[in-house]
Amino acid sequence: MTRETTMGVRSVTDNLGIQRATKDQRSEGLARFLGWFSLGLGVTALAAGSRVARAAGVDDSRTARTVLRAAGVREIGHAGVLLVPRRAGLGTWTRVAGDVLDLVATGRAYRNRRGERRRRAGLTLAALGGITAVDLYASVRATRNRRGNPEGFAHGSVTVNRTREEVYRFWHDFENLPRFMYHLQSVITTGPRRSRWSAKAPAGRTVEWEAEIVDERPNELIRWRSVDGSRVPNSGTVRFTPAAGGNGTEVRVELEYAVPGRRVGSLVAKAFGENPQQQICDDLRRFKQVIETGEITRSDGTPDGTSIQTQAKQRPARPLAAHRTA
Amino acid sequence: MKANCWMAPNRVAVEEVPDPTVLNPRDAVVKVSSAAICGSDLHLLDGFIPAMKRGDVLGHEFMGEIVELGSGARDGLRVGDRVVVGFPIACGDCASCQRGLYSVCENSNPNAAIAETAMGHAPAGIFGYSHLLGGYAGGQAEYVRVPYADVGALKIEDDLPDEQVLFLSDVLPTGYMAAEMGDIKPGDVVAIWGAGPVGQFATVSAFLLGAEQVVVIDRFPYRLRIARDRAGADTINYEETDVLDTLREMTAGRGPDVCIDAVGMEGHHASAALHAYDRAKQAVKAETDRPHALREAILACRNGGTVSAIGAYGGFIDKFPMGSFMNRSLTLRSGQAHVQRYMRPLLERIRKGEIDPSFIITHTMRLDDTPHGYDIFKNKQDDCLKVVLKP
Repeated sequence: MTRETTMGVRSVTDNLGIQRATKDQRSEGLARFLGWFSLGLGVTALAAGSRVARAAGVDDSRTARTVLRAAGVREIGHAGVLLVPRRAGLGTWTRVAGDVLDLVATGRAYRNRRGERRRRAGLTLAALGGITAVDLYASVRATRNRRGNPEGFAHGSVTVNRTREEVYRFWHDFENLPRFMYHLQSVITTGPRRSRWSAKAPAGRTVEWEAEIVDERPNELIRWRSVDGSRVPNSGTVRFTPAAGGNGTEVRVELEYAVPGRRVGSLVAKAFGENPQQQICDDLRRFKQVIETGEITRSDGTPDGTSIQTQAKQRPARPLAAHRTA
Repeated sequence: MKANCWMAPNRVAVEEVPDPTVLNPRDAVVKVSSAAICGSDLHLLDGFIPAMKRGDVLGHEFMGEIVELGSGARDGLRVGDRVVVGFPIACGDCASCQRGLYSVCENSNPNAAIAETAMGHAPAGIFGYSHLLGGYAGGQAEYVRVPYADVGALKIEDDLPDEQVLFLSDVLPTGYMAAEMGDIKPGDVVAIWGAGPVGQFATVSAFLLGAEQVVVIDRFPYRLRIARDRAGADTINYEETDVLDTLREMTAGRGPDVCIDAVGMEGHHASAALHAYDRAKQAVKAETDRPHALREAILACRNGGTVSAIGAYGGFIDKFPMGSFMNRSLTLRSGQAHVQRYMRPLLERIRKGEIDPSFIITHTMRLDDTPHGYDIFKNKQDDCLKVVLKP
């Protein structure tokens, strides 16, 4: 049950043998290169506009020079969008949009020019075509890998101030899980290795599945998977390792799942706040609270406790009316 | 019940809000007998702390009587107990709490993800101090919910009046920790920027820890007078005298051994140009804080000395004198006060008469008058140093 990288996401393996997704170096590099390229073009178009106009074969019209200057400003904008963020994302698409504008403008110029100018405009058109192809490739690549995680895989980790034995025991009693995994409604142990899980699904539905433990090493790891025929095939591993210096236990969860309805299903799920990656992070924060303090931390602004989803739309930090807390 | 709410930058109002109830087993509900307005509340008032919402109940310095208790309170608290509550909310069980670092509790901030975006890792939740720090309703109210009451609420069994023990909730431990972080040795000269309540208590604490001389720097004569007459400090009014020159002269060229920044993000500078530089950057959010006191403390400190930063900072500062700091072997220590660590020992000192913290109180008013209290405290009118509210 080792995880293979999918979707072309590179991964590194840490000293515990856990693979984790990293950013796609090639996309990042290409986006940076295009950023500097845009900056160069922009500065050149603004500083040496007349020479550029001559090279492109459009030095005979005032409008063309104005368009060229505007394109220069636009290129500097692309540079900002590509060089400032830490990860390549939608920014590369702004270049594609710009390329389309350039192609249209140069195409018109090509039709209206004659002789040497027409030849230069033709060359410019060809160069633009090449650049567009590169931009398109970079954009598709950057946005395809933007999530940093392949579809169907999620992971998270937390350090808790409890011994490995305690943490393992608590987790191994699966009936404890719904206390901090908000999307679970119940887990019922049905046999020494079997349990029945019930979870909230998007749009108010409930899904149920049967799971079995496929591997367990006391105080080290638990691996489980849904039994064959489950409507939501999933499997996962939770590992327990001592934190450096004896400062508690590191808990790492990896989850693999088949997305019902594939891509569209997963997008719908995200729209409803059911993104597994985010869920694991929230679950682990609450797990730490429950096992360390015995309760889930609730504030007046966040009466349901830690949840990234509710953080965007918090109520004011004032007490709830009594009937709402009942 | 009535509570003082943040409505918009520079606007607070006493509003009718629901009574708090027990939400978790370790909660207590406290009927507030005294609350105070803290200098750091002014950063909320002025709109410099992000993630405030219209209607948030303010206040993190308060005490009162337990009127309701969850089923899981561990420390023998009872309904009817008189308690002072520390401002950082701390679970007592995580690795940070067990190291005594209560203000960086790992469990008490349910909005840790927001704080992590801004700060890398999340500090503890704080009563009435923005959604970045948890979204907890504060204590400038008739009642307040106290999570993890067995860790945060200190029982007061003496008949010491509120005025003597209230400040155990924040400014007294904060001032004390400022001095303690300076690692003061007997005979040290200590300089303290800011003569507000924290600066006053840092002065008292520095003397308790063996300082020979404490120099307090501020621009309001009445605050400097209190530092001189009540806390025993020498004073510098930075609008009248050059601070670095004066400190150099007072120490015959060495510089103070310990420098404490008790000012934080909304500092002022005697030079209008320098002040305008940071004020303008702050206005366009190019920097979040005006670190005049911190810069000056670093430049003033003796070679190899310690700078203790207790003033509240929110985000990113500009023109940090790293060259001076590194080349002269300085140590910088900082932190929100780990209040729970100091409450009991400081209560002991109050009981023995070594400290009487009530000397900073200049105004006592009803909860209804809180907006007026904010106004005079912010604008330093009516010689206001500390406002105590009586719900």
